[in-house]
This record gives sequence, structure tokens and C-alpha cells, in this order.
Amino acid sequence: MSSIGTGYDLSASQFSPDGRVFQVEYAMKAVENSGTVIGLRGTDGIILAAEKLIMSKLHENTTNKRIFNIDRHIGMAFSGLIADARQIVEIARKEASNYRNQYGSSIPLKYLNDRVSMYMHAYTLYSAVRPFGCSVILASYQDDEPNMFLIDPSGVSYGYFGCATGKAKQSAKTEIEKLKLGQLSCKELVKEAAKIVYLVHDELKDKNFELELSWICKDSGGLHVKVPESVYADAEKAAKQAMEADSESDTEDM
Amino acid sequence: MFNPLESAPPLWHNGPVPGAFYNFPGTQRIPAANPITHTQSPVTTSTSIIAITYDKGVLIAGDLVASYGSLARYRNCPRVIEVNPNIILGAGGDYADFQYVKSFIEQKIIDEDCLDDGLKMKPKSLYCWLTRIMYQRRSKLDPFWNNLVVGGLQDGVPFLGTIDKLGTAYTDKVICTGYGAHIALPILRDALDKKTNLNLNDAKALIKRCMEVLFYRDARSFPKYQLGIIDKDDGVKIEGPLTVEENWNIAYMT
Amino acid sequence: MFRNQYDSDVTVWSPQGRLHQVEYAMEAVNLGSATVGLKSDNYAVIIALKRASSELSAYQKKIINIDDHIGITISGLTADARILSRYMRNECLNYKYSLDAYMPLNRLISILGNKMQHCTQRYDRRPFGVGLLVAGFDDTGAHIYQTCPSANFYNCKAMSIGARSQSARTYLEKKLDELSSASLEELIKHGLRALRDTLPPEVDLTTKNVSIGYVGKGQNFKILEEEETAPYLSLIEGEERRGGGGGGIADAPADPLREGEAGDDGPRDPIPAVAMDTTE
Repeated sequence: MSSIGTGYDLSASQFSPDGRVFQVEYAMKAVENSGTVIGLRGTDGIILAAEKLIMSKLHENTTNKRIFNIDRHIGMAFSGLIADARQIVEIARKEASNYRNQYGSSIPLKYLNDRVSMYMHAYTLYSAVRPFGCSVILASYQDDEPNMFLIDPSGVSYGYFGCATGKAKQSAKTEIEKLKLGQLSCKELVKEAAKIVYLVHDELKDKNFELELSWICKDSGGLHVKVPESVYADAEKAAKQAMEADSESDTEDM
Repeated sequence: MFNPLESAPPLWHNGPVPGAFYNFPGTQRIPAANPITHTQSPVTTSTSIIAITYDKGVLIAGDLVASYGSLARYRNCPRVIEVNPNIILGAGGDYADFQYVKSFIEQKIIDEDCLDDGLKMKPKSLYCWLTRIMYQRRSKLDPFWNNLVVGGLQDGVPFLGTIDKLGTAYTDKVICTGYGAHIALPILRDALDKKTNLNLNDAKALIKRCMEVLFYRDARSFPKYQLGIIDKDDGVKIEGPLTVEENWNIAYMT
Repeated sequence: MFRNQYDSDVTVWSPQGRLHQVEYAMEAVNLGSATVGLKSDNYAVIIALKRASSELSAYQKKIINIDDHIGITISGLTADARILSRYMRNECLNYKYSLDAYMPLNRLISILGNKMQHCTQRYDRRPFGVGLLVAGFDDTGAHIYQTCPSANFYNCKAMSIGARSQSARTYLEKKLDELSSASLEELIKHGLRALRDTLPPEVDLTTKNVSIGYVGKGQNFKILEEEETAPYLSLIEGEERRGGGGGGIADAPADPLREGEAGDDGPRDPIPAVAMDTTE
């Protein structure tokens, strides 16, 4: 990053001499400072999992959730600045509502993804605004088909079987790659998702965190909802057990 | 065109917009003062709605026909709907207007569900909201040609209210709209005078009687109807199609 | 000061992914006098420390009424707070007009957050330089919300913002378990003690410099008059004072957005708010 500080990195509407838009890259840095969020696509739905860092004992644990509903059949998780993400939530809901108003059916995720990523991209074009400081994962289960997209602050988006963003996205990705995503059902994936979030959580830097889990699948009737309490408890238990087993084997190694 | 700032105020006001004609201030022509004409008469209509409160809830009934003038043109047009677990709604009048009203009520409920804050709209709120909408449209001389009946449980207490196309709104223990206001309402009031605290079976029997009388007397009615029930214990049910037991022998006066 | 080339505009990301202008705006909150919010199951209480700009002036109002069921207390630029409070009042009225019900707290705060976010993303605006503690009661119970210039907001069990508020937060964290079942009187007492912990030893709470507001089940939001605060003040009078002075920096703030809190020397004259953008 030789061009940092040469004055070509102060505006989203300016290229650096080597052809980069630094402001967008810096916005991605904001995402990397935030808790990890992952999405897993199973045979019968999608799991979203988020590591919500707890900043103060004085906060209620329901505050600043990182997984939102966009429509009955669409969920969204984000990593980055929560205030920015809420703005994305707002326009995604508007688009979903607008589509239903015009076509009388719920918006296919492909279209919503297109519209939301175009919106985020537009904020990388002008010097009057700054790019969004958040990445979002959109998930749906429509017509027996699970779908998931990850949109970056640049406005670039891809469809995924498994994706991760935030602080520990690299190690989360490594873990996700170990899973046989094409074959696992949501019920099995919930535990895997919880394990990954627990595994990549950095206990030294961030003490407290809360695991958020939602799914949208056959079992939830195609609706995006928080996973049922019993499923959540099981997944969290499995994750904690896996962590203990992990730390025991670590000590053996030593 | 796609405008990244559409959810925020424009960056400057009153300036020329690229690609649009610009009228210099003060030179704008006032359009000829012709009256705006709108369709101000209903086309495909449905008839009365009968509603009654009982000790633990509310009943709303309406038949299934949508008439085209005096022609019984569409024979399966439901117009008693569940809005959410607190509210049911019945509507008479122009069926297309009702479908439009229904679509934006449904979107409002979806918007609320998305917030996932555990709060559900209460009947008094929907009643108030619809009153504002109906009155606003009447003030624009473009009313929704409907009689709306809102029933539900307001913190466990039965609630029943109605709004007409002029925005006139009131609540009562029994409400009948359209032809029913002339034919069925006296029957219901009479019954309430005799027994103030009805139970579900009393109320159901009364509704049945009213639908029967209305079918004989109202030339725009139909022997198939729906019955919406909202009950403190059993929640919301939309029953039907129920059938009026016809007996035209009484017409022969023998 | 710490000037760097990435802190000129709110639209500029720093290479570390920070927004310096927003962080500076967060500092404005620490310039205001301290204010405390706390709640039990049935009541939400806000208590604020008022300042007078001179011996001859009145004390600056710190608690603002929003609706029957909501009140706020502010720390930072008072004029910015007035824009926000007008907006909140308006939203509550609109909600009541269209739905004949009191606006639920979370919905009000979340649209307020969205409004505040706009100012953090365009170069022709600046963030609001004020933090709020919002106390309210709705169908889901009593609430204390905190809002920041960064457009973040938090649903809190108890909170304190403003100059030297770390001491108050330390006190509240210690008493957290007692709060949910506390009576209104106990809540106010805890709030007053928390607020007193932010004061330097030579200053004490008086009926002039303390403002108390509360709301709860069957109780509309109420701001106590001077003579009404006196009995509550006398309840904690003579107690041994802890903390104070130090600002409690030892208890490191967990909030990265509030790091390097000003452990300054107690109440001082309000910074004159110049060149204020009061549009919207």
C-alpha cells in the first residue's frame, strides 16, 4: 500500500496512481474491526451466526442485534458499523416492500441482492458521501432453494455456500471449508456454525460475546427466525464442549 | 434513474436537475384549473358486514359474493380476513378498493413483524390508522369506497369499530354495514337488550340468524358466507364457507 | 492536538477504518455535565447535574420532556439536543395521531438512530454533538436507552454519560443486581449516589444543580421541581462519599468509542457553542 498518505486516499471519487480507490479499501478495514459473522448454506436452508461483542455490563443483552429480518422470507446479518448497517436494513426493507407492492409476490433474493449492492456501490462513486462501513449477508429460502449473498462495502457481491466476514473471517473461512456444505442439513449446520463462532472468538482481545443464531429453512416454514431456544441451547453446548476438547488436546500437545 | 441519496434530502434545493426541464422561479405556468376527475362510484361491490362482540371476543361475518351492479358476478370473494393475532377485519363496498386496502395493511403487518420486537398492533391502532386514511382520501375527493369493520382484542378486551368511506368512525358492541344496518342491526340490538352478556354460542346463533334474514331480504346477498372469530382463548379463526339454510316455501304464503 | 490528514471530513475513512470526525463528535458528549439513567422493572429514572455559566445565570436545563411516557436527558451540545428532542416529540405525536397509542421506545430510538446516521455519511453535514439518555415506559416495560453522535444506540440496564461519568458507571455496575427490584425511591437514591460520585470532593449535589425525572407503570414522565428534589437529596445526605475526583480511569472503559475519556477537573463553564448548524 505504497500510496497511503500521498493524498490520493482521501476521497471515494478519486483513483490513486496505481488504479485503486483507497477509501473503499479503508471502509473494508472498518468491517475487519468488527465481530465475526458467518453464513452457511445447507441442503434445506441457511444458517446465519454472529459473534456479538458485549461492550458493557450495563447494556441489556438484547441490544444491538446483528441479525435482522428484511422480509418474512429474507434474513440479513452484518459486520461493521451498526449504524451504517441499519441504513442498509432500511433500504432493503423498502425494496422488498416495493417489490411486493408492484408484483404481488415476495422479492426473489437475486433481485434484492442486485438492488442492495447497487445502492452500496453508489456510495463509492461520489466525494460527497463515504462508502458504507459494513458488509452484509443476505439469506433466503424460497421455492425449496436456499440462497445466500455477501455484499462488501465496495458494492461487490457473490453468492455463497459458506461465507464469513468480520474480524476473524480468515480463520472462519478455513473452518467453513472443512464442512461438507452440499450435504449437511440445517439442523446439523447449526451446531457447526456455533462451533465456528466460538472457535474464532479471540478471548484475549474481546472478553465477552454473545452468540446470535438465526435460520431460514424448511423447519422454520420458509420464514427467517431466531433458532428455537432448545436448538440454540444444544448448539451452544456443542460449541462449548468442542472448545473444551480443543483446549485439552492443546495442553496434551505441550 | 438510480439515485444513491433518495432516502436523504438532496444535496441542494431548487436547482436545475440534469435531464429535466427547469422552470425559472416565478415563470411557472399554473395549469388550467380543470377539476380532477376520478372514479367516484363503486364497480364490483360486496354487501353487508355483520359484527358482534361477546364476552370473550368478536365475530365478523360477510358473504362471499362480489356483485357487478345487480349481477352476482363473482361467487368466491372472501372479505373477512385475519390481520394479525390481535385483529380481524371485514369489508364491504368496492372489492378492488378493499383489495388495495388489504395489501397495504398486510405490508404494515410485515413491516412490524420484521422489527421482531414482540409488539403486535392492537385493534384500536388499526382502527385509528384506517380512520386517518379513509378521511384523508375523502378529503382528496377520492375515497376508498368501503365500509371497514375492525374487530379484535385490545389487551384482552373485545374491541369493535367501523369506518366508512367518508372517514366517519365509531365503536359499538354490534356493528352492521350496508343493507345489514337496516335489516340486521335491529335484530342484534334487540337481542342485546334481552341479554347483555352474550357468550360465543349466543353470538354465533345471532350471526347465523342475521345472515339468513339478510339473504332473504338483501338482493345483493349470497347464501355462502365466512365467519371470522377472534377469541381470548382460541385465537383467530376464519370459518367458512358456511351456508345459509334456504327455505323458499315460506314465500308461497299457503 | 492529534491532527492527522484523515480527520477533516466525516466522509473520510482513515487507513485503519476509523471515522475521526465521528470520534471527535463523541468527545463533545464528554464535555457536557454528567447525567445518569437507571431503571427497575416498573420505573425508569434519569438524573442530571446542571451547570450555570456564571453566578448570575440560571442553571442549564438538562432534562427534556418528549411525551407522556418518554423523557430524555442530554450531555453535549444543548442546541443539537433540541433538534433531536423536537424530532422525537414530532415522531411521538405522529405515532399517536395515526395509531392512537404511545410510541414504543425501541421504535422511536431506531428511527432516531437512522436520522442521526445520515449526518455521518455526507460531507455537507456534521454528526450531532450530543449524547442522550432516554427514559421511557411502554408495553414491554421500563427502558433506558443511550444514543451517541456515532448514531449508535444501546438498550441499557443503567448508564451514565458526560464529564467524569466513568465513576457513575462503576457505581451502577456494582449495584446492577439490586436495581430490577428496587422501588422508585431506592432507584432515585442510587442515581443520586452515582451522580455524586462524578463530583470532585469540594462540590456537592444541591437542589439547584440536580434535576430528576422519572416515568413508570401508571406514572407519566415527570420532572421534579426544586422543592421536590430536596427530600430525595436529604435521603443520601451525610453518607460517606466514595470515588469522586479520580474519574475512575482505572476501570478501563470497555467501549472503544469512548476511550481516552477526559478525566478533567470537574464542572467548568460550558463551551460556547459556536457556528451551530441548526437545520433540521
